[in-house]
Amino acid sequence: MSPTRMKLVMVGNGMAGVRTLEELLKIAPDLYDITVFGAEPHPNYNRILLSPVLAGEQTLDEIVLNPLSWYEGHGIRLHLGNAVTRIDRVRRVVVAADGTEAGYDRLLIATGSTPFILPVPGKDLDGVIGYRDITDTNTMIEAATRYRHAVVIGGGLLGLEAANGLMLRGMRVTVVHIGDWLMERQLDDQAGDLLRKSLQDRGLRFRMGAQTEALIGDRDGRVMAVRFKGGEEIPADLVVMAAGIRPATALAESAGLHCQRGIVVTDTLQTVTDPRVYAVGECAAHRGIAYGLVAPLFEQGKVCANHLAQFGIGRYLGSQTSTKLKVTGIDLFSAGDFMGGDGTEEIVMSDPFAGVYKKLVIQDDRLVGACLYGDTVDGGWYFKLLREGRRIADIRDKLMFGESNIGDVGHQGQSRAAAMADGDEVCGCNGVTKGAICKAIKDKGLFTLEEVRKHTKASASCGSCTGLVEQLLMFTAGGDYSSTPKKKAICACTEHSHQDVRDAIVAQRLVRMADVFKRLDWRTPDGCATCRPALNYYLISSWPKEAVDDPQSRFINERSHANIQKDGTYSVIPRMWGGETTADELRRIADAVDKYKIPTVKVTGGQRIDLLGVRKEDLVHVWKDIGMPSGHAYAKALRTVKTCVGSEWCRMGTQDSTQMGKDLERAMWRMYAPHKVKFAVSGCPRNCAEAGIKDVGIIGVDSGWEMYVAGNGGIKTEVAHFLVKLKTAREVLEYTGAFMQLYRKEGWYLERTVHYVSRVGLDHVKRRILDDAAGRQALWAELQHALDGEPDPWFEFAKAQVDLRQFEPVAGMTASAATTATAAVASTLAATAAGADARSIPAAPVGDTF
Amino acid sequence: MSNWISICAVEDIPVLGSRRVARRQGPQVALFRTADDQVHALLDRCPHKAGPLSQGIVFGNAVACPLHNWTIALDSGCAREPDEGRTPVFRVRIVDGQVQLDGDELATLGTDLPLAQAGPCTRVAC
Repeated sequence: MSPTRMKLVMVGNGMAGVRTLEELLKIAPDLYDITVFGAEPHPNYNRILLSPVLAGEQTLDEIVLNPLSWYEGHGIRLHLGNAVTRIDRVRRVVVAADGTEAGYDRLLIATGSTPFILPVPGKDLDGVIGYRDITDTNTMIEAATRYRHAVVIGGGLLGLEAANGLMLRGMRVTVVHIGDWLMERQLDDQAGDLLRKSLQDRGLRFRMGAQTEALIGDRDGRVMAVRFKGGEEIPADLVVMAAGIRPATALAESAGLHCQRGIVVTDTLQTVTDPRVYAVGECAAHRGIAYGLVAPLFEQGKVCANHLAQFGIGRYLGSQTSTKLKVTGIDLFSAGDFMGGDGTEEIVMSDPFAGVYKKLVIQDDRLVGACLYGDTVDGGWYFKLLREGRRIADIRDKLMFGESNIGDVGHQGQSRAAAMADGDEVCGCNGVTKGAICKAIKDKGLFTLEEVRKHTKASASCGSCTGLVEQLLMFTAGGDYSSTPKKKAICACTEHSHQDVRDAIVAQRLVRMADVFKRLDWRTPDGCATCRPALNYYLISSWPKEAVDDPQSRFINERSHANIQKDGTYSVIPRMWGGETTADELRRIADAVDKYKIPTVKVTGGQRIDLLGVRKEDLVHVWKDIGMPSGHAYAKALRTVKTCVGSEWCRMGTQDSTQMGKDLERAMWRMYAPHKVKFAVSGCPRNCAEAGIKDVGIIGVDSGWEMYVAGNGGIKTEVAHFLVKLKTAREVLEYTGAFMQLYRKEGWYLERTVHYVSRVGLDHVKRRILDDAAGRQALWAELQHALDGEPDPWFEFAKAQVDLRQFEPVAGMTASAATTATAAVASTLAATAAGADARSIPAAPVGDTF
Repeated sequence: MSNWISICAVEDIPVLGSRRVARRQGPQVALFRTADDQVHALLDRCPHKAGPLSQGIVFGNAVACPLHNWTIALDSGCAREPDEGRTPVFRVRIVDGQVQLDGDELATLGTDLPLAQAGPCTRVAC
């Protein structure tokens, strides 16, 4: 033992405590000598998966989370099967059952909970057990081989899982429940009744509203029957008490630590009595709540580890939780205030014959609770709406029909993870199968969506399979789905959210990234690839002409002003206003294709010509030769304005859509935005330009123009919302510009208009754009001011801060490009920017070759 | 025996940026300059799908690959967990503000690794 290290003792060897140690070892591996006492003779295992073990769906070996080698590898002194019986806070020593003593500088209590045993006569008979650990599970498995009748007291989550497992192991099982319906803490009466019916169909028996009076033993002291109030008896060779759990606080209480429905802890997970003593997990009471679900406990562990590591940042602020029952084939989900009552409204869908019931509880235009039975596909979505507290007026009529009915075409065919085969692909972006995800969850002990994303890449790209991955997590890890309602930090460099950062930049008039890092206590010296592009955008959009753009904080596409391809070459898409071009432009494009041997020429979805496979060394020359403006097809900016041909030629056309499109594009090109932006203008309601799925869609009608916003043709096909009907082209420019400026100022980085509007609500947009004429004009003026004098990065290199050095190797020569480039060209190109003609650059001399 | 070759001045590499060194064969070598003027050299090839690391965003002591955002440590060439893989690291020294690489390494290290290709979907061998 190193004399310089502090001593950390952990009492309890369960999921919450060990996760805390894992977090601690990650950030401060050498700070403590660690000793762990566990009452059970097993290393840390996944307690949630005891039900599948009981049901015969998994084995004990499969649910071990930290094998003994893990403890050894981290130098943790482990005392298994040895419960701590006393804590001496004066001497700072714990004493175990066998007399072992261990001194501590910090003590972590993670004793979990114990089953509540009904105080009835006979509770101590053989064959009467709680349902908590591996021993209980083994007792049940063993009993099932020798006995016939089982009684489970308690019709909650745990009791039903125990009953189901015992039944699957061949026992005749009766569930005794004192309440009027099952799982009354998670379900309302209707869903509870549906659940009971379907469990009855599987063979479980129920005694609802029954009160247990005594357990009757046989001559050998083993239980043989359960007697109810009123005198009726039913046979029972095994009685499982599942009437609730109690935080295991006896040890803490004996040590004089304040306990009230758990060991009372602060937001830093320190006991209120003794700051050297921490408590996490089911034994701890945080703001009056002792959580029993895994995700909140892990969040506690993270915060606790942070304080044990002496970083002193981070607070645990509580969690919202939701429930799933782990009985294969039964889908139920509930979250929030699912009972409803005064001041709430309910939307209910009930089809008892098909076994489907859904109830949504709404209060003040927000979803506050959900209770689903039979079809829980949208549970995750409802839970998200609930946590975010988003206003739902605009989607209320479709709310009951689920997320897929508001336009998700990503995975419509596969909404039930359980029904998928192992080989089926869940994440289409990264090619991750269901089998691979389940294996990673099991093998690596993953519990949260973030962990699955990191390890498997599933749901880490477009995110449209997030719901499926969450379902797999629930089924495989067994983790009841829950989450903190906290705002999400931009990245690991900070605790601040996108909104916090933007607010600070505006309020404190920050114009340099270094100031943002400093004022907002960034944890890293120069950020990361996630936060820097976001900060750069917030700076330049909040303070145009004041904040200085930082190219090194932009993604490569916005640094080299072309779109990187899988082989490291780039694509070039010149701007064609409104999608219209000329023979002269086409000739120059064709010549460039020949001259630079560009392998692929393609027309894009936005009516532009895409030159693919351009070598980086050739980019500047290709731009110069083509001589057309940058299409910004690589940027988070206005990409294209798609148009139909309109009244100029079309026999159906009512408005000059091409001209409107050109005007819009000329007014707003070079406009950086939180994400890419696409417009479309159609000249009549036949809408050939597909304006209904664009960020701004304009449709010409005989009397003027209809304006639609926040459509999307991408991952989630989303039909744009009608915003306003306008008379003149001038109005179209003003309203479009104002909407764009609002989005630029309020949208979070990488948030498309569809997600922005969904977050702030269409009503907000209408108030700012339609109701407030002066505000609208001010927004449009702001945007024009910001865009005034913005450079074309393909030609005004210095002004756009294009570092021309990037286009050439610093030394040597490329084997494939002996005829053109060396380092010398870079300086020649710099001269080009000042006015020389790039086409006259002579082939530079060949430098050193490696 | 080392065969140090001067490549460029430290100032020729943008802060939190990179330059590429071309070779007669094989992938190029990427030079990176951190905020505190450390210079690192890696094969310009992500262990994931051979993306050009020189085009990534440099932060701290790492670079994020521009293709799929794998994070590669500049000193070790190792992908950050839970990703797995490593790209070859070249020895660098700075003499009088000049960045020098070992000519023998330049001539041999990683020259046989394939470059990323466009075209039909194929898996790049690491």
